[in-house]
Amino acid sequence: MSTMAEPAKDEAQDTKALSAGARQERRLGWLLCAPAVIVMLAVTAYPICYAVYLSLQRYDLRFPDRAEFTGLSNYGAVLTSPFWWDAFWVTLFLTVVSVAIELVLGMGLALVMHRTLFARGTVRTAVLIPYGIVTVVAAFSWQYAWTPELGYLAGLLPSGEAPLTEQWPALWLIILAEVWKTTPFMALLLLAGLALVPEETLRAAMVDGATPWQRFTKVMLPLMKPAILVALLFRTLDAFRIFDNIYVLTAGAHGTGSLSILGYDNLFTALNLGIGSAISVLIFLCVGIIAFTFVKLFGAAAPGAEVKR
Amino acid sequence: MHARCGRHRRPRRARALLALTVLASTLAACGGDDDGSRPTLNWYNFPDDSGALQEAADRCSRESGGRYRIEYNKLPRAADGQRQQMVRRLAAEDDSLDILGLDVTWAAEFAEARWIKEWTGENKRRATEGTLDVPLQTATWKGKLYAVPYNTNIQLLWYRRDLVPKPPTTWAEMLDMSRDLARQGKPHYVEIQGAQYEGLTVWFNSLVNSAGGSILNPSATEPSLGPPAVRAASIMRDLARSPAADPSLPNQMEDQNRLAMESGVAAFEINYPFVYPSMRSNNPTLFKDFRWAVYPRVDAGRPSRPTIGGIDLAVSAYSRHPDLAFDAALCLRDRENQLGAALKGGLPPTLRSLYDEPEFMKEYPFSKEVLASLESASVRPLTPAYQNVSIAVSHTLSPPSGIRPDSDVSTIREQIDKALRSEGVIP
Repeated sequence: MSTMAEPAKDEAQDTKALSAGARQERRLGWLLCAPAVIVMLAVTAYPICYAVYLSLQRYDLRFPDRAEFTGLSNYGAVLTSPFWWDAFWVTLFLTVVSVAIELVLGMGLALVMHRTLFARGTVRTAVLIPYGIVTVVAAFSWQYAWTPELGYLAGLLPSGEAPLTEQWPALWLIILAEVWKTTPFMALLLLAGLALVPEETLRAAMVDGATPWQRFTKVMLPLMKPAILVALLFRTLDAFRIFDNIYVLTAGAHGTGSLSILGYDNLFTALNLGIGSAISVLIFLCVGIIAFTFVKLFGAAAPGAEVKR
Repeated sequence: MHARCGRHRRPRRARALLALTVLASTLAACGGDDDGSRPTLNWYNFPDDSGALQEAADRCSRESGGRYRIEYNKLPRAADGQRQQMVRRLAAEDDSLDILGLDVTWAAEFAEARWIKEWTGENKRRATEGTLDVPLQTATWKGKLYAVPYNTNIQLLWYRRDLVPKPPTTWAEMLDMSRDLARQGKPHYVEIQGAQYEGLTVWFNSLVNSAGGSILNPSATEPSLGPPAVRAASIMRDLARSPAADPSLPNQMEDQNRLAMESGVAAFEINYPFVYPSMRSNNPTLFKDFRWAVYPRVDAGRPSRPTIGGIDLAVSAYSRHPDLAFDAALCLRDRENQLGAALKGGLPPTLRSLYDEPEFMKEYPFSKEVLASLESASVRPLTPAYQNVSIAVSHTLSPPSGIRPDSDVSTIREQIDKALRSEGVIP
């Protein structure tokens, strides 16, 4: 845009960049995008704005007569509440641990899928099965499996143990369910990254006497970095909003509630739309910060930058 | 589902053939809802396995003389799920709900949100006539009646006669007895609800009221608490730290208490009357010495005030047939249907006269104690923000062995204060 302001100086380049044809193409591009943009505005921007609007009010379905504009006081109430911070740390813990485990396991699975010489299709399909199962269904089967006197997994524990009713065992079981469910997704994204590593580079490294571990850490990982970052970004954003596994396994009891569970409880149990919307907006901001941080990291490692070196 | 049929009642001529076919099948599934002279009233209530509620619905439909048909719709099993379903649909002004079975703690909330209709005139007279006073309090908000009590429920002290010949009258006495039994190496636990949930709030509420206090002030504008609450919290902590405490106290709800008592490790149990038929079938040996008394007192000189539970029937503000719904609700809780629910489903009735009914007294050998308890009973705080109040109490006092009476009571006070200003965050 700044180029438009100074037509004299860069005229030669500008006319080239914005020739009539190019301008028309750009218009067409916008026209083609427009339906999607309008739909996105209707289904995303409107609810987000409405949530922000609600979060600035005392809007409690139980006290409809006392609805009023209260500014940022809902945010103050949420951020000073120990329940918000408990849920925040639980969410952060679940996110970091589950994504870290998924990355390691996913890399392993991706290497297996990449290197498999026979029945490649079968191996890939088998690995993807957990990802194909509806999360709620999988969560219920985990829940039954860990219920004393009912589940086959609970039967392996000493009698009287009910792991889902204690904070730490329950948190690890939630992580287990998450990892089981989403590692295939991670593996799939990493597999795409593995395809970026040229076979001849690896051979050259082998000729130079690099050990398999050195080939993995010095050749494959740097070349896969963009794919790894994309996979991490997707999974971190997903994991931070974790809801369904927790809802089914513990319903957030015994100190296992994530931020999404906190928001749900305040909206649907407490019917406090003001506080609940403030929580939703804060979750949205957290997700925004995570995405921003990753994009900054990701930008630094863009493929183009690597090539220039 | 039948409940949603109301939306497609009148097919228009211009509709396409396919749409007509679909609508026709929907209409057929509705069983002629509303199209004739006989409207269907949808009754939403807790899921009953005994069949008593279905029978009541059928009986009232028959006896309405063709004025209405009552359809009994089962809500989810857990109280939270029941409330969520009704609240979600009422907030959307769903007109396919007519009669709502509300837990005794919800009337204030539903009334303040204007989701249920007030009971007035002749309906009010019929609803209150012969009804026990404390259950009526749960259905009253700001001096107006918003529901009619259906069934009630109250905890008794259950004990083993072979271990304690005479039941304790106070909490202190019960703990002493338990210590003695522990010294003799006999079963000595006091089974009570110590998990972090509604049951813990009920325990606290019973103790605060028995100590002469209350959680909220009478107009429900601010917490009352004070010394009786500190006293209540101390009793809970003392029990949790004494030999009377079951090791799994912090995870126990009503059913775990029942199972522990039936397994023979406990001497006392604070629980609802459903434990009686269960003991009879599960442990006939212990059943011979399974006895009951009223809820223990805090002070020897002041009667205990246990907390009541139960269901109140309300009429939805969005009902298309409110007059019929009031009438049907009164029928569903009339003498005969309450007796049926008490005998088949084990639910204590809310009509005073049924406690003199020989048939009921035979099935309920403890009917005298239940009635005496109901007459001195307390209700849980009546406020639209009850969910927050309950969570503030149960979260602060869990686990019971970690209670610090003074500071915990002031924490509860702060959180209730915030909840009443809609600033409370619930976990």
